[in-house]
Amino acid sequence: MIARRRSFAWWIVSLIGVLSLRVHGQVTSERLAAAPSEPQNWLTYSGNYSSTRYSPLNQITPANVKNLKLQWVYQSPIAGNWQTTPLVVDGTMYITQRLNDVVALDAATGRAFWIYRYTPAQDRVVCCGANNRGLGILGDTLFMGTLDAQLVAIDRKTGRAIWKTEVASTKSGYSITHAPLVVKNKVIVGVGGGEYGIRGFIAAYDAVTGREAWRFYTIPAPGEPGSETWERCPAEAKPFCDPEAWKHGGGSIWMTGSYDPRLNLTYWGTGNVGPDYNGVQRPGDNLYTASVVALDADTGTLKWHYQFTPHDVYDYDSVQVPVLVDNWAGSRVNVVTWANRNGNFYVLDRETGRFLLGKPFVKVNWMSEFDERGRPKQTPQPEGQPTYPGNQGGTNWYSPSFSQRTGLFYVSAWEDYASIYAPASSQYKEGTNFVGGGPRNLTAVPGAPGLGRSPINTWTEAAGHGAVIAVDPATGREKWKFTMTDVTDSGILTTGSDLLFTGGREGFFQALDARTGSLLWKTNLGAAINSGPISYRVGNRQYVSIVSGLSLFVFALDE
Amino acid sequence: MPMRRRWDGTGAERRSMPKACAAVMRGMVFWTIGLTVASAQGPVPPHDNPYASADIAYGATVYAAKCVTCHGAQGDAIGGVNLRSGTFRNAVIDRDLERFIRNGSTAGMPAFALDAADMAGIVAYLRNMNAFDAATVKAGDEARGRAIFLGKGACTDCHRIDLDGSRVGPNLSDIGAVRSAGSLQRSLVDPTSQMMPINRPVRVVTKDGAIINGRRLNEDTYGLQIIDDHERLHSLVKADLREFTISKMSPMPSYKGKLSDDEIGDVLAYLLSLKGR
Repeated sequence: MIARRRSFAWWIVSLIGVLSLRVHGQVTSERLAAAPSEPQNWLTYSGNYSSTRYSPLNQITPANVKNLKLQWVYQSPIAGNWQTTPLVVDGTMYITQRLNDVVALDAATGRAFWIYRYTPAQDRVVCCGANNRGLGILGDTLFMGTLDAQLVAIDRKTGRAIWKTEVASTKSGYSITHAPLVVKNKVIVGVGGGEYGIRGFIAAYDAVTGREAWRFYTIPAPGEPGSETWERCPAEAKPFCDPEAWKHGGGSIWMTGSYDPRLNLTYWGTGNVGPDYNGVQRPGDNLYTASVVALDADTGTLKWHYQFTPHDVYDYDSVQVPVLVDNWAGSRVNVVTWANRNGNFYVLDRETGRFLLGKPFVKVNWMSEFDERGRPKQTPQPEGQPTYPGNQGGTNWYSPSFSQRTGLFYVSAWEDYASIYAPASSQYKEGTNFVGGGPRNLTAVPGAPGLGRSPINTWTEAAGHGAVIAVDPATGREKWKFTMTDVTDSGILTTGSDLLFTGGREGFFQALDARTGSLLWKTNLGAAINSGPISYRVGNRQYVSIVSGLSLFVFALDE
Repeated sequence: MPMRRRWDGTGAERRSMPKACAAVMRGMVFWTIGLTVASAQGPVPPHDNPYASADIAYGATVYAAKCVTCHGAQGDAIGGVNLRSGTFRNAVIDRDLERFIRNGSTAGMPAFALDAADMAGIVAYLRNMNAFDAATVKAGDEARGRAIFLGKGACTDCHRIDLDGSRVGPNLSDIGAVRSAGSLQRSLVDPTSQMMPINRPVRVVTKDGAIINGRRLNEDTYGLQIIDDHERLHSLVKADLREFTISKMSPMPSYKGKLSDDEIGDVLAYLLSLKGR
């Protein structure tokens, strides 16, 4: 009886607590964990801890999507590939823009409240564009990783910095480009720099003080578990073999991980090994590169790992967003689903890391089959012959989506796309490019353009093309496919009315039927789409936003 | 080809060229002489000093190690940037180019701390990237080549240079800046082998039965843009077409047997002199 009364009292206290927090609009860690219960908001990079990029909102439907109208546009003043995903909290949108600005906007009108400008150090070293993909939030604080490898906390009301912590040294080629993941009272980030011979790591910082709480190196030091996969060089090795390869072994982190609150595990995909292409100078499997690692969110302790591409020589970064799916294939097993840059779709038990399924979703010839533990049998192609998928992968960092309603996993894929690899020795020098040769595109004609970025598709079908592929996670089989002429770097959003939104390099933003893949609506936004769509609600209206070129476009149905 | 060249990362090895590389360089020396003759009659090259072929060859290895990831093997992987052109928006003279490479750009290119040899090599290679694939090519006399181009070869029936010729085939005003000598030579004797995929001939039949033959200018998921054999521009919606075929065969005739080897060399010299405006 007493116990019951006490639990009732606790319930009341908790309710008051929750309500008062709601009044103040604080984004608590409980709210982050229960993000699907407040579909008006977009609280993490991928919309929820399972990273499904699924919005339960359903005002926009397959029947009325053709009536979508542009509501507002926000234009970034800074040229360059814009890859951000906004956060939306109770009517306010927070976005990053190049180089490391944060902008707070009225999510219904696009008018700005404030702009926070951070100028990264001049000696920063960033591969592949000065990108930032977004923010994390906890309480009233936003968190951004910077191109010069700092983590900055910003007051979301004033746009003023609260603290700044150095995560790594930019001089040594470290950077941060992905959106931080907030778990409980910690902010988790990893470091980029896989083309500069970094030693990758994931670290957690106290959200209030900015102090480092734990760090997990994606490249183990000698003697640590996994270090045996950095094998000794053969005596008098020729060609060049690096006896200290692990020191600059890569394993960068440049996309946001996921979190399972029940298991208290956080899942992160790791980047390529360094140097990217020249395997002979770093013998062994090279753990934990091109892998998924499952870490205890409180301590950073490694619970399990799975390596997608052992001893990668193709730059098959495995940084894709881990998508958590419950009750896989009607079972009680909760899994991580993963469409990898190496061309395979994977299903892993997310408690143990057990390999459950692996199946190509595009043409794959670097491997032929899996053993029962999920190790691929590799089939390197002869010198000068094409490897499928090519260097940019069967997919890359583009956010996939999973809809509990359709039960399908959706991925932006590159089909009929191959590269010819030409490895070369690479001497490590701090802060400089360290890739070990390079690939070239397989093209119909020598000298024909590779897959560039331009309003003119000069590379054409001869170099590859894009597609949205709907995969049944139970079997890994393709359920339907929407084929594009150019390739796509766009993320995918699915909604509670079975709509799928995505873009592509052609600049079209389109809505497909998530069940069938048929085209329901499209609009030409005029520049390549390099980000993922999101959906949110202000008042009674559902909005869908997408970045194309230098502009953020926001659509809704007219009132 | 530059991609295939290797070095093992030690300074000593860098300086001693592999045999294959040396053979390429001998070919280049031969070809460079031909180009010098050609360019003496053409526009002054946009650089302020000549480049040693050893620097160019070494620069190719630097490019393969440091630049290819972003810029691609053909130097055109970043939109609006074509390194093969040999001219640069942000760099007129070599010192500009060096400064740009050393400092990087706000548009996203990182800074590269290259030593003197690497920097000399990469600059030499970037200035000559387009000509590097030239080992087997024999260029002839530019003026004779121009005469053949306008007369016997009847090239202007399809191609246009500056204000002269047809718009049906690809415009060649800057072809000497964007295609390599080897590729141009092969194009004259085996056009299909060198036809850029974007230029593939298109045949469409509209819903109302009109037939349009032309050259593809652009294509996306929903539509395409072409120039037809009457020099008219069409923007077509795929859903409105009854038939849409793209041929992999070039409509250009082969000049093998129609022109002598020397004449082909002359035309080649002329094409290489076309650097655009």
